[in-house]
Amino acid sequence: MSKRSNEPLLWLLFSAGGVVAALLLPIHLLLFGLAFPLGWLKGPSYESLLALVRHPITRIYLLVLCSLPLFHWAHRFRFTLYDGLQIKHLNELINVFCYGGAVFGTCVAAYLLLRVR
Amino acid sequence: MINPTEYLPKTYRVRMSTYWWLARWPYLKFILREGSSVFVAWAAVITLLAIRALQRGPAAYAQFEAWLRTPVLLTINGISFFFVLFHAVTWFNLAPKAMVIRLGKKRLPNAVVSAPNYVAWLIISAALTWVLLRG
Repeated sequence: MSKRSNEPLLWLLFSAGGVVAALLLPIHLLLFGLAFPLGWLKGPSYESLLALVRHPITRIYLLVLCSLPLFHWAHRFRFTLYDGLQIKHLNELINVFCYGGAVFGTCVAAYLLLRVR
Repeated sequence: MINPTEYLPKTYRVRMSTYWWLARWPYLKFILREGSSVFVAWAAVITLLAIRALQRGPAAYAQFEAWLRTPVLLTINGISFFFVLFHAVTWFNLAPKAMVIRLGKKRLPNAVVSAPNYVAWLIISAALTWVLLRG
């Protein structure tokens, strides 16, 4: 029997991450990275933000928001290093760094979101 | 007798420069699009840091907010915003290429296939802004 490739699964995560990143990240970055710090808009208070994050739906939302875009990055960045910089000989190291990073980020997100009280 | 070609590659290979993607605008655009993934990852990381600060308490969160107001972070986030925007637009415009829809014999125009993405994007962004500004 031929060895099964895990490429379809990785591609699925890449694609799902691409959708999440495209639909959600611009507004998140615009608000939290620019509009609130620069005072264009008045950001939510600590208490109201905490109340939001306590809700189970928000926690699931934030887990998806942190995790899937990291898998999107892992897949794209890996092939950018292959094609762009042509460093195919570091194949395994790059894979561990990219997908390992995404798995690590997902675990950190899950851990932090479970600890919010 | 020593064969002078013994250790040479059997097939002819064109050597490609490491900087091939600087040669033409479409190549550079491709690499910028792929490079946007780094800023996508950054946006995820900054969200993680926000959750960590939130979980640690009001003082930690105030410190995190002050950090976001520093010029370095504002610059990074400004650049990141443009790259994430670039990712979103290129991603939405990819939809008609990945999904060819035909009505009868005619192919649906690209704009019609990617338009729902933009509509969803606007609605979601407005909804998120509303949720965050309410409190």
